[in-house]
Amino acid sequence: MNIMQVAGKNLRRRKVRTAFTIIGIALSSWVLVTLLGFNKGYEASLNKDIDDMGFQIVLTAKGCPYEAATLMLKGGTGLRYMEEDVVKSVYEAGEVDEVTPMLMHAEFDPNKGENGGTTVYLGIDPATYPHMKPYNQFAQGDWFKSGEKEKEVVLGYEAAELEQREAGDTFLIGEDEYLVTGVLKRSGTQDDGMIFLPLSTAQSVFDKSGKITMLGIKLDKDADIPAFEEELYKLPDVQVVSMAQVKNTIMSLVTSAKVIVMSIVVIAFAIAMFGVLNTVLMSVFERYQEIGILKSMGAMPFDIFKMVLFETTILCGIGGIIGVSFAILISGASEFAIRYFIPFAPTGGLIQISTNLAVISVAAIIAIGLLGGIYPALRAAAIRPLSAIRSEE
Amino acid sequence: MSTLIEADNLEKIYRRGNEDVNALNGISFRIEKGEIVTIVGPSGSGKTTLVNILGCLDNPTRGKLTLDGEAIFKDGLELTESELTEIRRKYFGYIFQKFFLIPTLTVRENILLPSVFQKRFKANDKYLQDVLELLGIEKRGDFLPKEISGGELQRVAIARALINNPKILIADEPTGNLDSKRSEEIKELLLELNKINGLSIILVTHNPELAKIGSKTLTILDGKLSRQG
Ligand SMILES: Nc1ncnc2c1ncn2[C@@H]1O[C@H](COP(=O)(O)OP(=O)(O)O)[C@@H](O)[C@H]1O
Ligand SMILES: [Mg+2]
Repeated sequence: MNIMQVAGKNLRRRKVRTAFTIIGIALSSWVLVTLLGFNKGYEASLNKDIDDMGFQIVLTAKGCPYEAATLMLKGGTGLRYMEEDVVKSVYEAGEVDEVTPMLMHAEFDPNKGENGGTTVYLGIDPATYPHMKPYNQFAQGDWFKSGEKEKEVVLGYEAAELEQREAGDTFLIGEDEYLVTGVLKRSGTQDDGMIFLPLSTAQSVFDKSGKITMLGIKLDKDADIPAFEEELYKLPDVQVVSMAQVKNTIMSLVTSAKVIVMSIVVIAFAIAMFGVLNTVLMSVFERYQEIGILKSMGAMPFDIFKMVLFETTILCGIGGIIGVSFAILISGASEFAIRYFIPFAPTGGLIQISTNLAVISVAAIIAIGLLGGIYPALRAAAIRPLSAIRSEE
Repeated sequence: MSTLIEADNLEKIYRRGNEDVNALNGISFRIEKGEIVTIVGPSGSGKTTLVNILGCLDNPTRGKLTLDGEAIFKDGLELTESELTEIRRKYFGYIFQKFFLIPTLTVRENILLPSVFQKRFKANDKYLQDVLELLGIEKRGDFLPKEISGGELQRVAIARALINNPKILIADEPTGNLDSKRSEEIKELLLELNKINGLSIILVTHNPELAKIGSKTLTILDGKLSRQG
């Protein structure tokens, strides 16, 4: 037998109280590890999404919204156009690997949904777009069969659901019939609501020949991105949106949300710490005589101090391990909930709890618990053997 | 026989509010090795105060105490809690009127508890077994305190007091909670411990029967030694 075992057995004395304290610690560690794991996962999957875009820089006409969501808010207005031959200037600006021009077109459709809605078309270059966005996966069919000028469309997952079309069906734009060659899988991005058609077809049907709204630019692997951006800024009437900027903007939004959440975590922890302090202090007072007897039997003040701190460590260790395991177990559900609350949710796993993170969290919880245990342990260590023996008389 | 304990003019003054309580008023005596000394006296006369000082649970206000030739208390010098603990580990086992067993530990664990805190003497299995048998509780090792009788509880407390192989056993009214049959058993036990191990015993008791086992009886009255013999 050693002091640690004695401490462990002490905790069994008040099982309900011990259980509640452990639950309190478990809850706060669950919150802690989920939030830390969320931060890591969010950044990782945001990075992946951005890499998946296939291009690091998007060029649009000045003042042109580049996001479908913004476009919808504006009711499909506000699109501006660039001349197609901007491509040449872009190639001249630096180490470009590949570019892909796009023409976005938004149309308000009064028959869509309950109050009408905006349908967003994206004209894409069949030669470059598909392989620059290799992560696009098809639920049915494939990209356009015959390439240029043909009346073919590919539907995003939600667009297909809304229009109730499958691959092989016909799809109407205005009076014209188009063949649906494929339906994309759900991606969780704006592509889901999009209707894709060949760029040249889009240019002629929307009466925008020679115009594009966006140019996706993929640079050479080791290109100097900031320097390239500098070059692009020199082009007239264009706007440069780099994915790094987008990422920073989103991350800073998320960070400010995180600060609020972290303060909640701190409060949760303070509560857990005082819970530990209270529980252990109560059990010290209850064992006043007993501790006095231990001291009369040869326990040094430091032995008693250790014993009480061991009790705290055990409480926090068990609570921490339960909380962290629980967090890992239900991270799927937590993720589902979090998606409702954040401005932009990337597609990948939002919560990533690594072994490292789990271990560090449990260690942090134990450290906080020990902090809460110091005062009760000091009180216990100061109990005099005599007063304990006397107090019974 | 050589001297084990030498008390020289021990005084203890407790402070209760503004008032001083003179619990011990200069007590001197000697106890030889292997001796049983009983302490009697009316309630409040200072018996517990005296054995607490002899047992190094407390500092005297004045006076000297020598244990086995080692000067422990010298006039006016207070020992710290750690210093007192060191001395207690080296010399003493205690039995109190109340048993103070830990409810969540088994009988065996309760008995072994004092050995957790020190390295001077580590009871091995044989020693533990001998102690259990001596006290007739060898079948109770795995029981919890609430599962055994009052007389057995006191034996467990005695076993615990013996586990570090003390030189001196201090018993402050150990039979106060027991009926006469159990008291008789404890008396036999103390005599046996004294005889087999040469254990020195200081026994405070109200029980005249029990008081007889002392080779010397100290009678305390108002914090003074009123009779010795
Ligand atoms: N901690 C204390 N503070 C103040 N007075 C005390 C304290 N302990 C004992 N006394 C007083 O000292 C006297 C002797 O007490 P005690 O040694 O317990 O006597 P006994 O054991 O013979 O009954 C009593 O008057 C008691 O009230
Ligand atoms: Mg007394």
